[in-house]
Amino acid sequence: MIFKGKVHKYGDNINTDEIIPARYLNTIDAAELASHCMEDVDADFVKKVSKDDVMVAGENFGCGSSREHAPVCIKAAGVSCVIASTFARIFYRNAINIGLPLLESREAAQNISDGDEVEVDLAKGVIKNLTTGTEYQSTPFSSFVEQIISAGGLMNYVKQRLEARG
Amino acid sequence: MGKTIAEKILSKHSNNDAHAGDLVVADLDFVMGQDGTSPLAIRAFEEMGATEVFNKEKVVMVIDHSAPSPLEGVSALHHLMREFAKDKGIKLYDIGCGVCHQLVPEQGHVAPGNLVVGADSHTCSYGAINVFSTGAGSTDIAAAMASGKLWFKVPETIKYILNNKLAKGVYSKDLILYLIGKITADGATYKAVEFTGETIGNLSIDARFTISNMAIEMGAKAGLMEADDKTIEWVKKRNKTAFEPVSPDSDANYLEVIECDCSKIEPQIAKPHTVDNVSPISELEGTPIHQAFIGTCTNGRLEDFKIASQILAGKKINSDVRFIIAPASKDILLEATNMGYMQKLIEAGAALVTAGCGPCVGTHNGVPSDGENVISTANRNFKGRMGNSNASIYLGSPATVAASALTGKITDPRNYL
Repeated sequence: MIFKGKVHKYGDNINTDEIIPARYLNTIDAAELASHCMEDVDADFVKKVSKDDVMVAGENFGCGSSREHAPVCIKAAGVSCVIASTFARIFYRNAINIGLPLLESREAAQNISDGDEVEVDLAKGVIKNLTTGTEYQSTPFSSFVEQIISAGGLMNYVKQRLEARG
Repeated sequence: MGKTIAEKILSKHSNNDAHAGDLVVADLDFVMGQDGTSPLAIRAFEEMGATEVFNKEKVVMVIDHSAPSPLEGVSALHHLMREFAKDKGIKLYDIGCGVCHQLVPEQGHVAPGNLVVGADSHTCSYGAINVFSTGAGSTDIAAAMASGKLWFKVPETIKYILNNKLAKGVYSKDLILYLIGKITADGATYKAVEFTGETIGNLSIDARFTISNMAIEMGAKAGLMEADDKTIEWVKKRNKTAFEPVSPDSDANYLEVIECDCSKIEPQIAKPHTVDNVSPISELEGTPIHQAFIGTCTNGRLEDFKIASQILAGKKINSDVRFIIAPASKDILLEATNMGYMQKLIEAGAALVTAGCGPCVGTHNGVPSDGENVISTANRNFKGRMGNSNASIYLGSPATVAASALTGKITDPRNYL
């Protein structure tokens, strides 16, 4: 899977309350959740984001609550993948389960700027900053995790496997 | 090679000789969901094609985050949970019962040595009674409800040896804030933490829950304590099943061992907008506050209301402060009423809200206004956490919050004890 998009850059310790405040957890509709994505950090994010854009952040992205609404709303907002220096544990697992690709690269996270155009090759873990021409290598997902992501999440992955077994 | 508590519990539940770094599929003793996260889990459960939960006695749901419902949308989600619980024959704790992390241990659902997952990041609370418990997302909870199993990466463990008694006016909340300030918000990410030593031994079970509850605020997967006589007595009053406490081996392998002389710690405050932004109270005294809150899964227990009522008995809170209290469970509310704590607090000016999460997560019960400062016993002070991203949240012990409600500014509780 290869994604190309514009970067929306944020700092360290972006928590799930910032990604989707609890006051909006009054629905499980992904599009409605997405309409409040990042609202408390960047009120204009929803207006600025386009399909396939890439979110870049610093340390401990997704810390805080276990709410799966957080990766769900980022994905539904159109973001193709998130690059960060590090991710919080529950968010990391939730993102894979719902099919939102994550790449861990401190170098990329520190050097890519807001508004840059990047291209991400998920299978290889390669992040290309098309604006500056710099390339970064992150550890690619294992093939098992990549299959989950390609299927669009754990649920679809399990369904596809069950259907294939027929 | 010896094993940590985490390695032992995950080995036993996966029939494996598991060590840190291993991936295991483990049998769960208990699965919990709350009203913020259960609706997505129910949808995932149904999408999975699951029809029954793996064991009706081992799955519960709790309506605590927005209870009673403040909004039509939330009402619909609560309805979904009630119908699911009825249909699957599982227990649902409805509005007014309390916060999930108080109810799960208090109502006897878990015991030392258990392996538990909950759809809430503060599920790590039960580590205080020797349970390996951790927060998970809705898809994982759906799989756990359906199968009674989940995969885990066995975590490495950081061990805290906490020496000496806490000083007068310094509580377990101050201790855990101090430790989080040192190790930072992601210092224990993907790790388990063990809390041991004389300081822990001297604490009540109520006070120990405060510490394990906040293990996630250092990024930890679990915040474990050994079961001592206090633990066994506390659990046996509530849980009649047989259980086997788990202690670490003396030659267990730790990623890091951190020793701390806890007698030197003074009251601590976590400043806006991260939990690891911690200072001793002396640096913040005098900061004006507009709202004070005692409650939550961190500090809404009987001992917390006792401490606060001792500070506020016969006094009136500052006229510029709104003071909200939310007991962590109905049982605590009743007991605190019987003991006279509630009367003292309400006479001092407290507004009592439904047993549950209260205003902690910003869904209802006391959203601050723009530019206001809140002092709270909760576990998170993230921007927007209490429903307004233009408000600032300071975290402290129940004693600090009570003393601050009295004066209208951040106040060292040691002046009032």
